[in-house]
Amino acid sequence: MAAKSENVEELVRKDYEHGFTTEIDADTVPPGLNEDVITFISKKKEEPEWLLEWRLKAYRHWLTMEDPTWAHLDIEHIDYQAISYYSAPKSKEDGPKSLDEVDPKLLETYEKLGIPLQEQKMLAGVAVDAVFDSVSVATTFKGKLKEAGVIFCSFSEAVKDYPDLVKKYLGSVVPTADNFFAALNSAVFTDGSFCYIPKGVRCPMELSTYFRINASNTGQFERTLIVADEGSHVSYLEGCTAPMRDENQLHAAVVELVALDDAEIKYSTVQNWYPGDENGVGGIYNFVTKRGDCRGKNSKISWTQVETGSAITWKYPSCLLKGDNSVGEFYSVAVTNNHQQADTGTKMIHIGKNTKSTIISKGISAKQAQNAYRGLVKISKHADNARNYTQCDSLLMGDKCGAHTFPYIEAKNSTATVEHEATTSKIGDDQLFYCRQRGIKEEDAVNMIVNGFCKEVFKELPMEFAVEAQKLLGITLEGAVG
Amino acid sequence: MLKIENLHANVEDKKILKGINLQVNAGEVHAIMGPNGSGKSTLANVLSGRDGYTVTEGNILFENDSILELDPEERAWAGIFLAFQYPVEIPGVNNVYLLKAAVNAIRENRGEPPLDAVEFLALVKEKMKLVKMKEDLLNRSVNEGFSGGEKKRNEIFQMAVLEPKLGILDETDSGLDIDALKIVSEGVNHLRSDDRAFILVTHYQRLLDYIKPDFVHVLSDGKIIKSGGPELALELEDKGYDWVKDEAQAA
Repeated sequence: MAAKSENVEELVRKDYEHGFTTEIDADTVPPGLNEDVITFISKKKEEPEWLLEWRLKAYRHWLTMEDPTWAHLDIEHIDYQAISYYSAPKSKEDGPKSLDEVDPKLLETYEKLGIPLQEQKMLAGVAVDAVFDSVSVATTFKGKLKEAGVIFCSFSEAVKDYPDLVKKYLGSVVPTADNFFAALNSAVFTDGSFCYIPKGVRCPMELSTYFRINASNTGQFERTLIVADEGSHVSYLEGCTAPMRDENQLHAAVVELVALDDAEIKYSTVQNWYPGDENGVGGIYNFVTKRGDCRGKNSKISWTQVETGSAITWKYPSCLLKGDNSVGEFYSVAVTNNHQQADTGTKMIHIGKNTKSTIISKGISAKQAQNAYRGLVKISKHADNARNYTQCDSLLMGDKCGAHTFPYIEAKNSTATVEHEATTSKIGDDQLFYCRQRGIKEEDAVNMIVNGFCKEVFKELPMEFAVEAQKLLGITLEGAVG
Repeated sequence: MLKIENLHANVEDKKILKGINLQVNAGEVHAIMGPNGSGKSTLANVLSGRDGYTVTEGNILFENDSILELDPEERAWAGIFLAFQYPVEIPGVNNVYLLKAAVNAIRENRGEPPLDAVEFLALVKEKMKLVKMKEDLLNRSVNEGFSGGEKKRNEIFQMAVLEPKLGILDETDSGLDIDALKIVSEGVNHLRSDDRAFILVTHYQRLLDYIKPDFVHVLSDGKIIKSGGPELALELEDKGYDWVKDEAQAA
């Protein structure tokens, strides 16, 4: 194997000869995936032996798996050998040289969201030399967290600084062999975030700012692990309302949450990856595995997501309700426009007694887009008095789009209460006319009706995020009616 | 204020309005009566610019300008308000929020500054009394879970807040019990003024007991076949629509 590693390094050097000027830029392996590449990644990141073994185990299992095809998605074949699995930091050579090379539609959106020019460049993947004043912001932020005893750092740092915590919890919620994309991620993930809230601590702030600043470089196989120890509380915000462009088309992240006794994790996402142009060219594939483990009694995990971006979204943030009296929640707004496709939903696995889950899913499709909700509510044998309430609403704009609902319910305990409600409605000409007759412009009226439709989910988002999400929705659906 | 000239309109390919002429001056209240299917509601919808109705001939002048090419919102800005026969439910959209957006959209188009929250609330409080609106309806989703009477009252309340020049009431009396009818009528009467006009579209004379019209028109098969004063409504109540039709045919 040592010999092969040399080959890789040789190839790397070759790239260097081709004009890369700094040593950091040479940190890119050629496309293709094998055990050497994984070893290379692990070595580059100076990882302990156990983590390399863990990665390799995941890889070997991945080799035995096949792309999932059960989702209601039309995915072009992905050539996994054509992907480069390590490029840190992201190669500036491939990105646009300036904003002039970026899809003007994207720039228009930035303008509307009021994003400063420097940040626009960063989001669009244009090489930015100085990352404005974000470094200092992040530093102050970190100090405050440290005071509270909260660990919040990149995944690589966590592996170095808190190996015991990482070893204890990594893969304990999403096992390496869980599914095709999770296995792939486990084998090749490069970085992500790690967060640990100690016993009894209420995290003094929403973990958002930091993320927003660091989000652009997390790479395509991102790994997030959040552990809330007994009686702690944290609200974590991921993503950004501004559309993010990336050279990497495939994104397969894994997010694991662990809530111990009486702990609460609130995880909010606004996902707005580049969806491709109006013909669906160049959009991101977002295949994410997100799972929360309510491991302790009285614990609570709440997922809130607003999904407006990506060409294809494949995502099911789930909760394992193991602890007695634990609570799982899933609030989702998924918007698809033009040629976007989304197959998203959740799994609520009731294992402990008196466990409770709530699912509120709002799907909006416009133009030719397809939007599917897929949800599983499973009540295990010993989950006495488990309760679930599911509400799935779909809103259609135009007559070429589609909404699909695939609810699965498995109840093995007769004391369970499972409720499911589903509606599909077209954005009503009546509603539009009503608003317009009152003097409200058509576009504003659409906005108002759509936001009203999503209200139950938006109110779960942290305030500032909710306002941004509303604005975002308006922009995403601009011109979808009429 | 409003002048309808030889108005012909289709729904899909069906001819509904077949040459309507009507002049409504400021300060006047006109009642449009007629049997089902005579084109009453079509007229209300055509005046407010609803999609799906095609004007094939004639013109509608509002304050001397044709409004045929105007979008519904542009007509609203000009001062035309339609109280809906079936007010629409809009889940998740707060009743007051919609109204504030409407008020400020109209103000913006008149070059007036938007009302801030305090000013708007004062306006709302004042107008609520007019139609005896219950406060909790304000913060509910638009018309969602409202009773029939509450929906109609909400329409009149919106009209009171938006202060249009021309109010068109499409079958506002349908589905109302006598108490609700009284309250709605009181609201409308309160809004009557020298510079505002109303068109009441109704099937029954009942509403006109409470809102006294200056003119009554009978619409039949897409045409106004008879016009008169308030006494015409009473006569219709008494004798039905057939005699007017016969008379028109004879003429």
